[in-house]
Amino acid sequence: MTDLNTFTQGPDEHGHFGLYGGRFVAETLMPLILELDKNYQAAKTDPAFAAELDDYLKHYVGRPSPLYLAERLTEHLGGAKIYLKRDELNHTGAHKINNCIGQILLAKRMGKTRIIAETGAGQHGVATATVAARFDFPCVIYMGEVDIERQKPNVFRMKLLGAQVRPVTSGTRTLKDAMNEALRDWVTNVADTFYIIGTVAGPHPYPAMVRDFQSVIGRETNQQMLDREGRLPDTLIACIGGGSNAIGLFYPFLNHDSVILVGVEAAGKGLDTDQHAASLARGSAGVLHGNRTYLLQDEDGQIADAHSISAGLDYPGIGPEHAWLKDSGRVEYVAATDDEALEAFQLCCRLEGIIPALEPSHALAEVIKRAPHLPKDHIIVMNMCGRGDKDIFTVADVLGVTL
Amino acid sequence: MMARAMARIDRRFAELSAQNKAALVTFVTAGDPSFDVSLEIVKGLPKAGADLIELGMPFSDPMADGPSIQASSQRALKAGASMIKTLDLVTSFRKQDQETPIVCMGYYNPIYVYGVENFLADALAAGIDGLIIVDLPPEEDDELCLPALAAGLNFVRLATPTTDDQRLPAVLNNASGFVYYVSITGITGTQEADAQAIAPEIARIKHHTDLPVCVGFGIKTADHAAAVARISDGVVVGSAIVDQIAQNLDDEGRPKPNVAPAVFRFVQHLATGVLRGRSKAAE
Repeated sequence: MTDLNTFTQGPDEHGHFGLYGGRFVAETLMPLILELDKNYQAAKTDPAFAAELDDYLKHYVGRPSPLYLAERLTEHLGGAKIYLKRDELNHTGAHKINNCIGQILLAKRMGKTRIIAETGAGQHGVATATVAARFDFPCVIYMGEVDIERQKPNVFRMKLLGAQVRPVTSGTRTLKDAMNEALRDWVTNVADTFYIIGTVAGPHPYPAMVRDFQSVIGRETNQQMLDREGRLPDTLIACIGGGSNAIGLFYPFLNHDSVILVGVEAAGKGLDTDQHAASLARGSAGVLHGNRTYLLQDEDGQIADAHSISAGLDYPGIGPEHAWLKDSGRVEYVAATDDEALEAFQLCCRLEGIIPALEPSHALAEVIKRAPHLPKDHIIVMNMCGRGDKDIFTVADVLGVTL
Repeated sequence: MMARAMARIDRRFAELSAQNKAALVTFVTAGDPSFDVSLEIVKGLPKAGADLIELGMPFSDPMADGPSIQASSQRALKAGASMIKTLDLVTSFRKQDQETPIVCMGYYNPIYVYGVENFLADALAAGIDGLIIVDLPPEEDDELCLPALAAGLNFVRLATPTTDDQRLPAVLNNASGFVYYVSITGITGTQEADAQAIAPEIARIKHHTDLPVCVGFGIKTADHAAAVARISDGVVVGSAIVDQIAQNLDDEGRPKPNVAPAVFRFVQHLATGVLRGRSKAAE
């Protein structure tokens, strides 16, 4: 990791992205994580595994997802040319399925017989329940009580798919506590259980493995951009909770210096309040959930509550590779508030006939800030990483509409 | 100071071994249910029968702990616990007790944020003898284990049912004080460990180390403590002790006057179990 001419060599064999990453887990889990790493490394170089993965991505997920020129949005903002990478059109409605297909194939290959996962917005839970149904695994999803309340449609979808949704009542009853509970399950059921982590966090090899599975987003974007425009895009913009859709889009472009990469955190009610989820903007280095990264925490090292209108961004940490990319300066990290995201959400509905999820609405808020000041030949690609069907109740509530 | 910290645990196990006794290691969380009551409890534990004190450093996200110790950590934090106050508590304890070893258990983040070097210096000054850090496996020894050993603090290692023979040497390398055998796969305080199943595991660990081996996770009663004392060098009880605290709070979560006596009675009961285990073994 000392060679700064390349941003794509990490992590090292111990899972470190510079200072960040690592394997901070209980001894009980350590042998499992080493076994997972060994199996993932073998699968990664096995053409049969790649062929099977590609087949499911094409015929089950519906990839490649379109790269769509948002003409009315471009015209409305009057500056840069805006493309949307339509990962919200994937089966199950978000990018999460890209990773779940990869991990379930690995679980099958390792002879595991039970699947667990954590979920915040419920998109990862739905994607996990989906692949568990498709590949015939019993599946338990941990979800904070608060998130169960604000994402009811996804809870029902998971149940329809045959998963057991276990409400998490400890701590803040959101995503971080769901992850604690999933880790507690895993440490108890070590022999048969495969833990499908939904973002680029957790102990090594998860951050690298999830990134690799999500990189299909960036690889397609690269090819589609060459086909459409004959060149690389100028700016890529993606929202960041744990950071899996963003790293998936950015990763194939990290070594292309000309491409500006922008990650958008959730500023909640404002970065200067105590209600946001911007761990890069306002956090500090710490160790949680198996890795060292930027965390929202107090001076005693106790993890702070995150807040975002979007359940999927409501996490007090961030993937370790993003922490490293921030320090190295390769990626620019900004933030959008709940209000800015809501405004972007409504604009997208009206101008493009696309109801975005609240998560990418944060990325769209940054597009709205940036595009008017850029020339018309500047190309922005924004990752539309999820659709907003799940969020209409939350939005209606904030807008004072009774459904 | 350094030599004393390393020596206190070794000396305690040597004394117990000479008397054919197993150690009773009692866990409580620093600051649960309040600083004052917690200090009262910790100060009274040796007299109640604790041979070593395992002191929990509260953390907001205790991933390896079950509901009892999670709740204990939350109570302490709500009552204003912090790393500085945990160190203060040990300092106060040491004014009256120079002999009972204190091993601090917790998660790495509060230590990392405190600063490893500062923490080790302050821990030694307070009179802490060893550390058990749940989320620092041997793969991360550079973080705290090696600096702690260099500073003169014991680093107590956790071995688990998933630690196979191939991995055991790596786990025991750099271990000191004692080895903590986690008797179940799971979180603290949830399942009951079967003493019959533990015995061969202890033999397996002892094949690789001369350190005392203590057993914890899932020991709740005096009978169970007796069974484990028979086959190991020490018995760790945590969840069942902090449950005594939970059961003696009023409706608003404030400690009732009888909290500490309730804890002491329970620890005395456990201590008789630990003694009984060995007297039967001697028969």
